[in-house]
Amino acid sequence: MAALREMPWPAKIYFVLCIGAAGILLVWSGQAYDRLDWSSTLVLALLFLVCESVPTQLSVRQAAISVSFSAALAAVVLVGPEGAALVAATAVFSVRPGLPTHKRLFNGAQFLISGYAAGWVYTLAGGVPGLPRRTDFPEIILPYGAATFVFVALNFVLTALILALAEGVGKRQVPVPDVAQFLLSYLGYATFGLLIAGLWATVQSISAVLVLLPLFVARWAFGQYHAQHRSYEATIAALCQAVETKDWYTRGHCTRVSAAASMIAEEIGMGTERLHAIRYAGMLHDVGKLGVPTKVLQKEGFLTEEEFAAIQLHPMRGLEIVRGIGFLDEAFAGIMHHHERYDGRGYPMGLAGSEIPEFARIICVADAFDSMTSDRSYRKAKPQEEAVAELRKWSGTQFDPIMVGAFIRALDRDGWNPPASVPAPSGMPVVTAAKDHDDPTTPIQVVSDR
Amino acid sequence: MTSETRGIQGLDSGQLLLICAGGMLAVAGISHTAAVGLVDSQVAIGFGALIACGELARLTMPGNREVAPISTAAAFGYALLLYVGGDQAAHSALQVVAVMAVGMIAGGLPHLAVGRAPRLDALARRLICGSLLAFAFRPFADVLRPPPGGAWWVALLVMVLLIGVALAVDVVVAGLLRAEQVRTAFSVAVRDEARMAAPLGAAVSASGILLALALHSMELTALLAFAAPLLVTQVAFRKYAGIRATYLQTIRALARVTEVGGYVEPGHSRRVSRLAVAIGRDLGMAEPELLELEYAALMHDIGQLSLTDPIPGGATVLTDPEQARRIAELGAEVIRKTGVLNQVADIVRRQCDPLEERPPLASRIIRAANAYDDLVSGSTNRDRAAAALERMRLDGGTQYDPEVVEAMATVIDRLVPVNRL
Repeated sequence: MAALREMPWPAKIYFVLCIGAAGILLVWSGQAYDRLDWSSTLVLALLFLVCESVPTQLSVRQAAISVSFSAALAAVVLVGPEGAALVAATAVFSVRPGLPTHKRLFNGAQFLISGYAAGWVYTLAGGVPGLPRRTDFPEIILPYGAATFVFVALNFVLTALILALAEGVGKRQVPVPDVAQFLLSYLGYATFGLLIAGLWATVQSISAVLVLLPLFVARWAFGQYHAQHRSYEATIAALCQAVETKDWYTRGHCTRVSAAASMIAEEIGMGTERLHAIRYAGMLHDVGKLGVPTKVLQKEGFLTEEEFAAIQLHPMRGLEIVRGIGFLDEAFAGIMHHHERYDGRGYPMGLAGSEIPEFARIICVADAFDSMTSDRSYRKAKPQEEAVAELRKWSGTQFDPIMVGAFIRALDRDGWNPPASVPAPSGMPVVTAAKDHDDPTTPIQVVSDR
Repeated sequence: MTSETRGIQGLDSGQLLLICAGGMLAVAGISHTAAVGLVDSQVAIGFGALIACGELARLTMPGNREVAPISTAAAFGYALLLYVGGDQAAHSALQVVAVMAVGMIAGGLPHLAVGRAPRLDALARRLICGSLLAFAFRPFADVLRPPPGGAWWVALLVMVLLIGVALAVDVVVAGLLRAEQVRTAFSVAVRDEARMAAPLGAAVSASGILLALALHSMELTALLAFAAPLLVTQVAFRKYAGIRATYLQTIRALARVTEVGGYVEPGHSRRVSRLAVAIGRDLGMAEPELLELEYAALMHDIGQLSLTDPIPGGATVLTDPEQARRIAELGAEVIRKTGVLNQVADIVRRQCDPLEERPPLASRIIRAANAYDDLVSGSTNRDRAAAALERMRLDGGTQYDPEVVEAMATVIDRLVPVNRL
C-alpha cells in the first residue's frame, strides 16, 4: 500500500468503507459485551497480538503467514463473533516497527470484519460459542470448517482488493501451485486453532502455548534452513568461479549455464526438487576441466588423439569430484553425460537419443548456447539470434529437439543476459584457452597418430 | 577413527554400557507387561503406533546425531498420561517402557529391511530418557491427578519440571558419549549437546505435554491431530539437517579440485582438515568453531587455483613465505566472494602469519597441520611422523604455536598406532 495521500480515489473510498464497516460492527457488538467471557477474550487477544507481531514464514515461497490465524479461529469457538472481532482487531497494536498508521488501521479493520463474519457463520452453521464439550466432537468440525473458510476468504479478498486498488498488484495471475500450498498451510493453522479451543477447558491459555511452541521452533528451524540455503548457493557459485579463473574467457560460464539449464527445466515443467538439482549440476558441470592440462587447452590447431582424450576425460573427472555430495542421482548423470550427442557420437559413453539422461540433454543445450554467446580468444561472441539458429541447425544431431524447443520458448519469453564483452587480457599474465570444447561451431580438430 | 562401518567393535565402552542398560530395561519392561497383562490396551497400542511412526521418521541432525522427535514426544505423552477421555489412566511405568520398546522395534524394522542399521546408542538413549520420565512420574500419578474439573496447575508444573530433568540427564549422557567418541573435553561436549538439543527439546516437551492433556478431553483419535504441530517442526529440522550435510559434502568435494588440478597431493586437503579438527577438539574448541576450522582447513589451498602453474609437488611448507602469503590472500579472496563465510576467509588469510602477529587459533592450527602433512605426505610411518614433529618443535615458537604442536603430537599419537604391530 502506498501512502494514504497518494492512493487513487477508489482505494481511498474502499479504505474508508472498510474502517466504517469495522466501526459499525464494533458498536453493534457492544450490546453483547455484558455476556462476553472477558478473561478468555483478553488472553486470546494477547496471544493473537504476540503471534501477529512475529510473522511466521512457514511456507517456502513468499507467502508470509502468521500463526495468529490459529488464535483468531480459537476465539471464534470460545468467545463467539463479538469476542473474535475484538481479538482480531488487536492487530492494530501489533509490534511491527515502521508500519504506518493507516496500514495498521486497515489491518485491524479487515481482521475485525473477518473475525466477526467467521463467528457469525459459526453460529449460523449450528456451532455454540463457548468451551467445547467432549460430546461436541466431531460435529463441531462442520461449523468450524465454515468459519475457517469465511475467515480466510474474507481476509484474502479484503487485503487483495486494497492492494489491487492502491497499487495494481494482482493483475499478474498467482500461479496455482502457490495457491494450493497457501491453502494447505491455512488448513494447518485452522487445525491448530481447533486444538487450542479443544484444550481450553483443561488448561486454558497454556494449551495455546503448548500448540504454538513447536510452531515457533519450526519457524526458527525454517529460518535457519533458508539462511543455510542462501549461504550454500553463494558458496557453490564462488567456488565454481574460482575453478574458472584458470581461463580468462570462461568466467561466469558456470553461473550462466546453471541459469539457462534451469530456464529449460522450468519450461518443461520440472518440480522444485529437480530444479534445484539441475541448477547445481549446471553450476558444477565443468569442474573436471581443471584436470585438463593447461598446455592442451592453449594449443593452437590440431590436437593429437591423446590430447583430445584428456579433454574427453573431463566429465568423468568432474563426476569423480562431486560424487561425495548428496545430490539427486540425476545431477551426477547430468554432469557425466553433458557432452553426449543426440546422434550418439559424443563422449564419454556415446549414448544416443533418449538413452542420454534428461539432465545431460538440458545442460548440453545450455552449455553450447553460453559458449556461442560469449567471447573467446579466437572469435567474438555471436549474437543471440545466430546462436539460436545454430541450436536449431544441430537440433536432432547434437541436441535434443525437445530441449532446444523449450529453450527457445523460454528465451523468447524471458530474454537472456549475455555476458559483457571480455576485454583482451593486458598487463598481468593470464591463461587464455585457444579452443573451447563446448563450442559447436568450432569443433576441436584431431589428427590421428597413425 | 576413519572407519565408518558400525558394529560391536566400533562401539566404545560408554556406548556399550548404554546399550546394555537400554536392552535390559526393554527386556524388564516387556516381560513384566507380558506377565501382568496390558492395562488400557487400546491406548497402549495407539501410543505404540505413534512411537513407531516417529521412529520411522527419525532424522540425523548435524554432527551425526540421530533424533526421533515424534517418537520422543509420544513417549513423553504416554508417560505423563493421567486421563483418557475422562477415565483414569492406570498403566505402570514398566508398561510405558514396554510400549516404547515395542514401538521402537516396530518403527526400526522397515529401516532394517532396506539395509539401514539402527544406531543402537541413540535408540538406547531415547528409551532411557523416556523411561526415566515414566519412573519419576507414574508412581505419583494418583497424587497428581486433578479431580474432574479441578485445576491442573500442580500437575502441569511437575510435568514440566520432570521433563526438564529427563532432558538434562539425556544431554549429560550424550555429552559423556560424545566426549569419549571424539575425544573432547566433557564440558565442551555437554555445551555442544545442549545447544543442539535445546530447540528440538522445547518442541518435543510441549508436544508431549499436549498429547497427555489432549487425551483428557478428547478421544484417542485426537492423537494424530495433536502430533501435527510437531510434524511441522520435524519437516523444518529435516530440511535444515539436509542442507547442512550437503553443504559440508560440497565443500569437501570441491576442495579436491586442487588435487585434480595437480596443485596439491591427492588427499591433502582432507587429511589436513581431519588433523586440524582433531587438534581443535583437543584444544577445547566448540562445534561452531570446529565447523569453521574444518571449512577453512579444507579450502586452505584454494588460492593456488589462481596460480598459472602448479608449484611442483604442491608443498607449500617449502615455498618462500612471500608466495605462501600471497596464496593465502588469494584463497581468502575466493572465499570472501561467497559473502557468507567471512570468518572462514579470515582464517585462511592469516594461516601464514608469523606468531608475533597473533593469528587466530584456527589459523595456527591449519598452519601446523598443513606443515605436518607436507612433511610426512600421507605416510603413517611412525619414524617419519616423529621426525616431522621434531622438526616442528625445533622451530621454537616462531612459525608454529608450541601449544598447537603439542596438541598435534597427542592427536597423532592416537591416530598413528592403527598401523602399529
